[in-house]
Amino acid sequence: MQELGKAEYSSVRVTPQGENRVIIEKDISSEEMILNMGPQHPSTHGVLRLECKTDGEVVIEAEPYLGYLHRCFEKHAEMVDYPGIVPFVDRMDYLASMNNDFAFCIAVEKLLDIEIPRRVEFIRVIVSEFNRIASHLVAIGTYAIDLGAFTPFLFCFRDREHILNLLEWASGARMLYNYILIGGVAHDFPQGFKQRASEFVKYFRPKAVELQRLLTENEIFVKRTKGVGMMPADVAVNYGWSGPMLRGSGVEWDLRRDDPYSIYPELDFKVCVPDGKFSDIGDSLSRHVVRALEMEESLKIIEQCLEMMPEEEGFDPRAAIPKRIRPKAGEVYGRAENPRGELGFYIQSDGKSTKPLRCKARSSCFVNLSAMKELSRGQLIPDLVAIIGSIDIVLGEVDR
Amino acid sequence: MEDTQENKPQSAEVIAAKAAWQIIREKFGDAVSELDENAFMPFFEVLKTERWREIALFMRDDARLRFNYMACLSGVDYPEEEKLGIVCNLESLGEHGHKIAVKVKCYRDKGIIPSVMKVWKTADWHEREAFDMYGMRFGGHDDLRRILCPEDWEGYPLRKDYQVQETYHGIKVPD
Repeated sequence: MQELGKAEYSSVRVTPQGENRVIIEKDISSEEMILNMGPQHPSTHGVLRLECKTDGEVVIEAEPYLGYLHRCFEKHAEMVDYPGIVPFVDRMDYLASMNNDFAFCIAVEKLLDIEIPRRVEFIRVIVSEFNRIASHLVAIGTYAIDLGAFTPFLFCFRDREHILNLLEWASGARMLYNYILIGGVAHDFPQGFKQRASEFVKYFRPKAVELQRLLTENEIFVKRTKGVGMMPADVAVNYGWSGPMLRGSGVEWDLRRDDPYSIYPELDFKVCVPDGKFSDIGDSLSRHVVRALEMEESLKIIEQCLEMMPEEEGFDPRAAIPKRIRPKAGEVYGRAENPRGELGFYIQSDGKSTKPLRCKARSSCFVNLSAMKELSRGQLIPDLVAIIGSIDIVLGEVDR
Repeated sequence: MEDTQENKPQSAEVIAAKAAWQIIREKFGDAVSELDENAFMPFFEVLKTERWREIALFMRDDARLRFNYMACLSGVDYPEEEKLGIVCNLESLGEHGHKIAVKVKCYRDKGIIPSVMKVWKTADWHEREAFDMYGMRFGGHDDLRRILCPEDWEGYPLRKDYQVQETYHGIKVPD
């Protein structure tokens, strides 16, 4: 046995505690092997293919191949008018459709330069925060299942079902809502929605704590994720990471606070970053912890919104929707905080047409996933699963 | 449109972008254009395309600028100018907080834009995507392959004059 420093691969990982996870014997010569993971592998959360160059159990490099779910969103967007793009946007990140619509509508409204009624803003924030919790529940549940824990997954999906019911009640659809429209929302909240929403908040609070105790403090889970897939803060910024991924690396950055939109400046919430006591800052566990903590912040936001929301008799949420959406000539980059990070839309309008000249979606998962090659270097194959899970990709948004 | 915008006072965002642009202008002179001070997305254009990487590196590393975060890089087609281009949305995350957009253009036929993947790693996949959709080359990119379309796909789908190939591996491509 030789010391790690002199081994063939300088990239072999040493945990922060100083223990060597992989020991390579000097005299054994080994060949590289190509191992394909996906596009139908359950841990890739969709159709992602990783071509792993391996040396025994160690991954030398994992190259992601995408495009299996490419549906030409940007080409479609150039062919339909602005309100017609919203359903396409829904289908990008199908776990957080409300947040997608929100980001797209913000971009177009910026270009149109219109005022949004105050009550509509509250409705939008409430539904997107509900969707954020639902999305994080899927992320946490599937991450647990990737690492072999089945029960948390069932807990997560049970609670997510309540949210989907609420959103279905408000919008009429379970997952692909087409609810937030340019200039308004499709319908006002139904009678009794506010009460049911606050009942859910009361119900879910202890459940989130229970989930935390069941999964986040579980020793096996911690051992699988702590120190795995480290990403230092400056590299994360250079990679363009955003959302829980960036915050997991200890960068306090949240578009809701740092590039505020809608009514977020009036609300009181915390930007969650790991404190480094429980996890090593920048590892897979940190990213998981950030998501778990963020659910509580979303509950806080919903509570405040339900309280502050102005009541108006016979309110028409479609009143501010322009009859004909034809922005002036110009370009805009509008963005919002999606559960996975910064979702941005670069829209170019020629001022004559009701269709955009160019509509580029800056997908958060796409950018977050681009660091996969670097994250996987020198990791063990089972750890690769832990890393992909922690990135929390939705292939619908990666491939668009 | 111009009237309404001129009447409005400039937002803090535009003022910050203008200050940043002045520093770049001072250093690179006529390699960069005037700043377009619109309220939505203030931008300038790199007029000497071959100097784009140098400008990018300066923008990232200069202590007064520190554009450490590339939010987005979009490919764009300009058919009437016979050009293709990219639009980069840059931001100084956690340091100065200012934002600016940069446009770089190249000729439509075999045009080359210097790659900035070594400056911002975000640009790696975004440049691959722009190449995939528009077909401009990125000089100095290590791994310029198609990313979303299959490797043997013909043509560049987001160009305005794109014609869909009729068959792909013997399968008829639907209109």
